[in-house]
Amino acid sequence: MRADPTEYEFVAPASFVDAVQLLAEQPAAWLPIAGGTDVMVQFAAGTLGARKLLSIWNLPELRHIEVLPEEVRIGAGSTYTDLRRHETVGREFPLLTLAASWTGGIANQNRGTLGGNIVNASPAADSLPALLAYEAELILVSARRERRVPYLDFHTGYKKIALEPDELVRAICLKRRFAGYVSYGRKVGARNAQAIAKVSIAGLGRVEKGQVADVRIALGSVAPTPIRLRQTERVLEGRALDRDAIGQARGAAVAETHPIDDIRSTARYRAAVVGNLVGEFLETLGGATGHE
Amino acid sequence: MGGVSGSQTEHIVGSSAPRKEGRDKVSGCARYIDDLSFPHMLYGATVRSQIPRGKIKKIDFGPGVAWNEFVIVSAKDIPGRNWVALIENDQPCLAADVVNHPEEAILLLAHPRRHALPKAVAAVEIEYEALPAVFTMDSSERQEQIIWGTDNVFKSYRIEKGDVDSVWAKADYIVEGEYSTGAQEQLYIETNGVIAAFDAEKGITVWGSLQCPYYVHKALVELCGLPEDKVRVVQTETGGAFGGKEDYPSMIAAHASLLAMKAGRPVKIIYDRAEDMAATTKRHPSRTRHRTALSKDGKILGGEIDLVIDGGAYMTLSPVVLSRATIHAGGPYYWPNVRVRAKAVATNTPPHGAFRGFGAPQALFAIERHMERLARAVGLSPAEIRRRNFLQPGQTTITEQVINEPIDLGKLLDRALGLADYEQKKRRFAKENPLGSEKKGMGIAAFLHGAGFTGSGERHLASVVGVEGSADGGVKVLVSSTEFGQGTNTVLCQIAAEALGLPYEDVTMARPDTGEVPNSGPTVASRTAMVVGKLVASAALGLKQTLVAAGLLKGNGTAAEFRAACRAYVAAHQRLRSLARYESPEGIYWDDQKYRGEAYAAFTWAIYVAEVTVNLTSYSTRVDDFVALQEVGRVMNPVLARGQILGGVAQGIGFALYEKVEWREGRMANSQMTNYTIPTSADLPAVRVFFEELGNRYGAFGAKGIGELPMDGPAPAVVNAVEDALGIPFDSVPLLPESIFEGVERAAAWRATTARTPAGVR
Amino acid sequence: MKTEISFVVNGERRSVRAYPMERLLDVLRQQLSLTGTKEGCGEGECGACSVLIDGELATSCLVPVAQAEGTSVVTIEGVAANLRFGALREAFLNCGGAQCGICTPGMMVAAVALLARKPNPTADDIREGLSGNLCRCTGYLQILEAVAEAARRTAAR
Repeated sequence: MRADPTEYEFVAPASFVDAVQLLAEQPAAWLPIAGGTDVMVQFAAGTLGARKLLSIWNLPELRHIEVLPEEVRIGAGSTYTDLRRHETVGREFPLLTLAASWTGGIANQNRGTLGGNIVNASPAADSLPALLAYEAELILVSARRERRVPYLDFHTGYKKIALEPDELVRAICLKRRFAGYVSYGRKVGARNAQAIAKVSIAGLGRVEKGQVADVRIALGSVAPTPIRLRQTERVLEGRALDRDAIGQARGAAVAETHPIDDIRSTARYRAAVVGNLVGEFLETLGGATGHE
Repeated sequence: MGGVSGSQTEHIVGSSAPRKEGRDKVSGCARYIDDLSFPHMLYGATVRSQIPRGKIKKIDFGPGVAWNEFVIVSAKDIPGRNWVALIENDQPCLAADVVNHPEEAILLLAHPRRHALPKAVAAVEIEYEALPAVFTMDSSERQEQIIWGTDNVFKSYRIEKGDVDSVWAKADYIVEGEYSTGAQEQLYIETNGVIAAFDAEKGITVWGSLQCPYYVHKALVELCGLPEDKVRVVQTETGGAFGGKEDYPSMIAAHASLLAMKAGRPVKIIYDRAEDMAATTKRHPSRTRHRTALSKDGKILGGEIDLVIDGGAYMTLSPVVLSRATIHAGGPYYWPNVRVRAKAVATNTPPHGAFRGFGAPQALFAIERHMERLARAVGLSPAEIRRRNFLQPGQTTITEQVINEPIDLGKLLDRALGLADYEQKKRRFAKENPLGSEKKGMGIAAFLHGAGFTGSGERHLASVVGVEGSADGGVKVLVSSTEFGQGTNTVLCQIAAEALGLPYEDVTMARPDTGEVPNSGPTVASRTAMVVGKLVASAALGLKQTLVAAGLLKGNGTAAEFRAACRAYVAAHQRLRSLARYESPEGIYWDDQKYRGEAYAAFTWAIYVAEVTVNLTSYSTRVDDFVALQEVGRVMNPVLARGQILGGVAQGIGFALYEKVEWREGRMANSQMTNYTIPTSADLPAVRVFFEELGNRYGAFGAKGIGELPMDGPAPAVVNAVEDALGIPFDSVPLLPESIFEGVERAAAWRATTARTPAGVR
Repeated sequence: MKTEISFVVNGERRSVRAYPMERLLDVLRQQLSLTGTKEGCGEGECGACSVLIDGELATSCLVPVAQAEGTSVVTIEGVAANLRFGALREAFLNCGGAQCGICTPGMMVAAVALLARKPNPTADDIREGLSGNLCRCTGYLQILEAVAEAARRTAAR
């Protein structure tokens, strides 16, 4: 342990409102900490910049999943375990459930939260490509206002997010409109459990009358942020998933990503895997709907 | 419980007696070093070099730290010799003027509050004059910089058998190959740690997580300038070692002792994971070149083997690791003519050290990959090329040791292939592989492992063990051999119980404490069951003879009679203790100069078969099935023996497919468990373990060694299976998905530029 | 500044004075002398420090002790004292589930969490349930067998 706990302040407000109030009084002074699976790792490594921590762990307003007619509203403090155990999430948003099962081991899934994953903003975060594919919306709350923003625009750069210093993510909203979609999720990591993604993909699509009616491809670990492959999706719109289309999509996907060499993998490898995963997704999509 | 009772004593060896300290371990009350605490104890930390090589110009104690609260130790505070005594005393305990690798220890700090230390360590500012450094074996060999001795070579060996120079003209095929293996972190889950206490009367006492109490003892005697009886080393429960706690504990014990002497208070040093990974030893990286002459029917006529290992910045154990690599370089095959040239070279990385297998996995990876190349050259199957070259009883190894036990490797191979369903699967995969993006393959590794110290090692060690009868009639085994998970306690108690005809429960182990137990040698080299076990059996019999001679016991008394005799003897004489000292068996010949003769008292033998799937979407390899068949002499404890094989195979699969040290200028860049990935329970197959038992006249009740063997085979078996799956040879481990991707790309490019499918790439 | 933190540990109400950002792991080990919980990595990767918090598995190295306020924590000592888990202990002993023993407390706590939710786990359930606990000695198989054996024995009772 490379941190000195005597140097840190810590408050645990009793409610979400109290937490927001504290941020309003001293914006940017406090670092929110939920289950600690990211913050405590930095703390122990001695690399945590913040000295004042605001615990939002287990706040009831943040830790529940609300099923509304139009959308499912996931409290930002919901853990991966909460997601995995939730029946509607599992049925309607299987990519999110799958991503939740990739994260760490059971202990980390019990403490890591979806809001934390978003705010920590690692390009390798397991759950974020799924949220991009489902085009989640975030409810952000401060003492000044509550606003609803599309998640697609939330990551503005490497570990940079469009969150004001006095705001907290309150919930993640997913529209219940993906019945009939084929989903494909895969994480390529150094091992089968307890791994950080080298590349991860969330693919979601619908084929009508042999043509792509809707397709969403999101990737992790291949750019400074998790990304949606907009150009690749455009290449596919309205097309039959034949060899040509898949080949072009693979090429477009590789062109659209910016993988790097780091201690976990190489740019060349990541680019190749991007192409393969996109290809495998599209073959799955083509195959799954081909029998209809 | 394990069903051991007094009436079954003759069956204790060979039974799955429950782990001696198992109950403490499953209830959380086993005490490891960080679980201990002493009054007024300080915590210690180490200030380490930030550069790979250079002169220390200036040390400043930066602002923001109350330095007067700290005990600070530098090389100037060392009362004795500033070295960590081992083979060559070239490694300083604290760098005084120059540093030779990143993370080399320069200063020590101690403070009553553990959490105050990291900030203080970071606040020490060291100014260096950087010197050019060497990071690879190649540049070390080219002597771009001389960083050690006169030629960067710690040690070299040469084996000459027959007349290699004459074979090339007779050869139908000459096959060359180059193979390499990477550094591997031991990654025991308990990091290195010790507590040292100093008392002007009693001297230094060190408690710690360690393999070899007497290594630490020797190092402290020289470092502290104290007489032998003023240094005491006690092993605490040790949470994994695998060789990684063979030599390094001498360093950390030295550091804690220096702080304790200066502070006059006990000092605890526990490394965190990042420090343990970055600063302590790993498996030596290696590069092996083979050039082999073959007859047209696939018989090895002779060959040259050039082997280099990377020793890091100081010699530490490199000569011994190199020795084992050298002797294992030929694998389990008959070489009528062979020349092995081996050397350990210096680089500016932390010294590499002992890790399970100790040179053999490196050398055996090379020969077992090379056998595939030989098979391809001659057009034989991987099984057949091995079968035609296996060592037979009566033939000699590359050191001209005669195989004089009835080992039949061909039969062992047949059995392993049958267990793996090898032929049928090969046929099925050949049919199915072209169809999908998953390719399956089967790989074989055949290998041997020498048990015990090499050559004259055991004679020099002259180990001593004791067996003691106590006032309550129980028996205690006194050895410096340590338990760190492998089963020393259990197996030695089984042996003593068997020798004395006592129930297993009547025998206990003395805590390894140099103040209490004789020096039974280091707990390394798969020597404990075989060599130390034999001595324990003999000391136990000595104890019995004492009781018989005293008229207290008849020759074949019952357990109850033994206990009564024991009690009576201790009542009369206070102490009942029998010692046994190692004596070299008759007729053992070893020439250290020519590297010729009986290298090991016994060899263990194995055939491993791996079945893998390579996924061409992610280029990752999964091991689907793994058959581990071995001959290890007598199996002393089936549950523990299987555990040794399973654990070794897991580490071997890690070595093959997962574990890569990312070096940046001599420093490990991925020194976290997140980024240095060992297999999890989700990554390993249900490995299938089988034994053959030939026995061994030199070992206790027929035991040979078992601990290291399973580390040798998985890497070549798995990589051979990957080649079988893809038709692309890979000659380096770890074989990560990134390397498989590059290999697939290269093969595709080559295919595209070649009109016909060339031989060698199917 | 130190604060008073109250929680239930192994069924007993405990109160400690600690800095809120001290790790639960350190408070358990140092203040409460519950040294059965081990530190292997300090980054939530190895599972050696596993405990149950309100019945759910957690790596105590990633939990600020202040977040344990008002919770119920079970450590290996609590598992060891509970007769219900006797079958698990015996199975670890008989199957060779413990070698060096340093990962064993965390493995057993993870097994308790698994068996509480899935009394009849499949082989995959067990692999997944323990996949956050690293072991370097056993290659896991004898641990997986021990958990399966414990489940069988408990079911048979």
